Amino acid sequence: MSGFWEILLGLGDKLAAHIVLAASAIGLGIAVALPLAVWASRSQPVARLALGFASLVQTIPALALLALFFPILLSLRVVFGEDLPTLGFLPALLALALYALLPILRNAVTAQANLDPGVLEAADGVGMTGWQKLALVEAPLSAPFVMAGIRTASVWTIGAATLATTIGQPSLGDPIFAGLQTQNWALVLAGCFASAALALVADALLGLIERGLIKRKRLQWAGGMVAVALGIAAALTYQAAGDDEDAIVIASKQFSEQYILAQLIGSRLEAAGYRVEYRDGLGSAVVHSAVASGSIDISVDYTGTIWTNEMKRTDQVGREEMYQEIKAWDMRENGVLVLGRLGFENAYAFAMREDRSAELGVTSLEDLVPVAPQLTVGGDPEFFERPEWIAVRDAYGMRFRETRNFSPTFMYNALRSGEADVISAYTSDGRIAADRLVVLADPREALPSYDAMLMLSPRIADDRTLIAALEPLIGAIDVEAMREANYAVDREGEGKLSPEDAAAELAKKIGL
Amino acid sequence: MTMPNERRFPESATMLRFEDVTRRYGDVVALGGVSCEVLEGSFVALVGASGSGKSTLLKMVNTLAEPSGGRVLFGGDDVTNLEQSRLRRRVGYVFQGIGLFPHFSVGENIAIGPRLDGERLSSGRIGELLELVELEPEMAGRMPDELSGGQRQRVGVARALANGPELLLMDEPFGALDPITRDALGERVRKLHEQLGLTTIMVTHDMAEALLLADRVLVMDAGLLVADCTPQQLLAGKGGVIAQELVAVPRQQAERLAKMERAHA
Repeated sequence: MSGFWEILLGLGDKLAAHIVLAASAIGLGIAVALPLAVWASRSQPVARLALGFASLVQTIPALALLALFFPILLSLRVVFGEDLPTLGFLPALLALALYALLPILRNAVTAQANLDPGVLEAADGVGMTGWQKLALVEAPLSAPFVMAGIRTASVWTIGAATLATTIGQPSLGDPIFAGLQTQNWALVLAGCFASAALALVADALLGLIERGLIKRKRLQWAGGMVAVALGIAAALTYQAAGDDEDAIVIASKQFSEQYILAQLIGSRLEAAGYRVEYRDGLGSAVVHSAVASGSIDISVDYTGTIWTNEMKRTDQVGREEMYQEIKAWDMRENGVLVLGRLGFENAYAFAMREDRSAELGVTSLEDLVPVAPQLTVGGDPEFFERPEWIAVRDAYGMRFRETRNFSPTFMYNALRSGEADVISAYTSDGRIAADRLVVLADPREALPSYDAMLMLSPRIADDRTLIAALEPLIGAIDVEAMREANYAVDREGEGKLSPEDAAAELAKKIGL
Repeated sequence: MTMPNERRFPESATMLRFEDVTRRYGDVVALGGVSCEVLEGSFVALVGASGSGKSTLLKMVNTLAEPSGGRVLFGGDDVTNLEQSRLRRRVGYVFQGIGLFPHFSVGENIAIGPRLDGERLSSGRIGELLELVELEPEMAGRMPDELSGGQRQRVGVARALANGPELLLMDEPFGALDPITRDALGERVRKLHEQLGLTTIMVTHDMAEALLLADRVLVMDAGLLVADCTPQQLLAGKGGVIAQELVAVPRQQAERLAKMERAHA
């Protein structure tokens, strides 16, 4: 747990981003929910529809809701033009605001429905107009209940905002996701601690406002509101101070290799005089579109991923031909410059423990077929949906007793503990060598190649200086060097490195 | 602001006219065609059993209910053509639910009508209105939930009078009060009616209350007006069967009480 406090103190910018995001989402949620609640209180069908919709949204897992906004916003570019951001703040804001809708809406509608009918008749009887009735009677009498809803929504939103990391919006989820991938528990703990503390503080302040409204103590609720406003203002100021429009944004997906390479690229650009921002822990599926749309400037992607996921190709071509086709396709279709291959492959491969492999006599996928019905296979969360798995399954007629999903890091632990007999490993993974795993041969060549490529967004595709700074990386990283760096980050105990340090080691090793 | 009691009405002027007013809720007929006039300065009681349509008729005056047919004229104008909120501020309204705003103090409750017109009621004027309903002016600072039921309805009456209304509508105003409070408040309202030169319509199911307070009693049954008499005429046996059934209740109670008194004397 070394460095917990240092990490915590270094989270200022993530905290500020988290506060701004959560506050904006709750603010938007309130701005939508309150008028909707007023409308719902005057129309039964609207009430049913609004509450039904909000409840439906609530059943979508927050992670999925966040990811869903990427294709939605992408399709909305037809209407709003190419400048509409598809990743980062906007989709995170919209998804979280939708999420915040239900508790606010439900409490507001319930409060309206439970207003004393005598009081409402009196409001009409003394000659209030609709607006006066709303402002003088309905709103103040509903306020404590509405506030309770806002309080619930705030705690939810602050928690769910950590997931915004996966769509490229900085938040307190950054240290959590980075820590989970690199098994840096101090980082995970610091992120969780900060977000929990933020939720508790918000809850306490909003509770103060709520009680002030119930007891009709103006000083108390106004004071609480001022405190909340000051907190948001402080976060905005902090964020504005650190904001940087021209910085080069480097993406990384949710595994160690990506963190290391992002740091390696970043350090080279910084040395060349560029300002750099990192978007860590992005979902694999959104990274390519993010580069194409320019919300990310640089990513490292893999030929097999682009071939199957982006180009929707299922045919098998040679390794070199695949790369050339991707390079041409990406420039033609998206204006994305594939600068080159880094020199190693991170392909999917099936791996087993050495003792299990010997025991079952399995060294290739062909050997695996007869015993697979007794075995459990572990894969990363997307693997069993991926064309690679489908290709292997169909090419070999592979059927396992059970398929289980693990985050990449826990997949190796599962293999070690026997919870999985076979896993979908990655060829550049340092743990293959460290755990002395047997990588099963693929005689029918069902698995495509996965050369790591450096991708540049259209915005920087013509930047000669930047390209000159990155060109030395092309063809410079062999699979052993990458495995070693990956293992340094993934391992536990002595010799464990942060991605930044591992990137520095890697740079030294490849002579940069 | 002029005190309402400085107003004087010509004796015979018509304040309110109902012209063949009907009200249907689907197939149910709540009002089956009611026509009558209310003169300025009169105190009219609307009496009838539950569901006889008396409350609906009353609420048509300040458009809390709308007629399905016919029309209601207030000072010669069809009430549905008048601006709703302005009409309601000219008409004081007191009802059984009272409906004091729980988040306003007593003073703020009383001042709400003038406030809606952008007027600030002075604390002196609020004190006067509280005194009209026999409450201490100091009560202005209290919250409604600190008051007894009778005190709350007194505040309700004070609130209805705050705009200096021409017309006071009361829908079973004392229905939820204990008999002593009810009697005292009834007396007080009758005095205010005279003192302020009001025109008052009171809905009640209690014929004794109607006979004791009103100058004129309208009896309703099944959405129709079945009797329109003075209390003296009703006591003299006029007004028809339904009216007499209603009059019989308090009369028999009074006779039984008198008999018991004689027996013990």
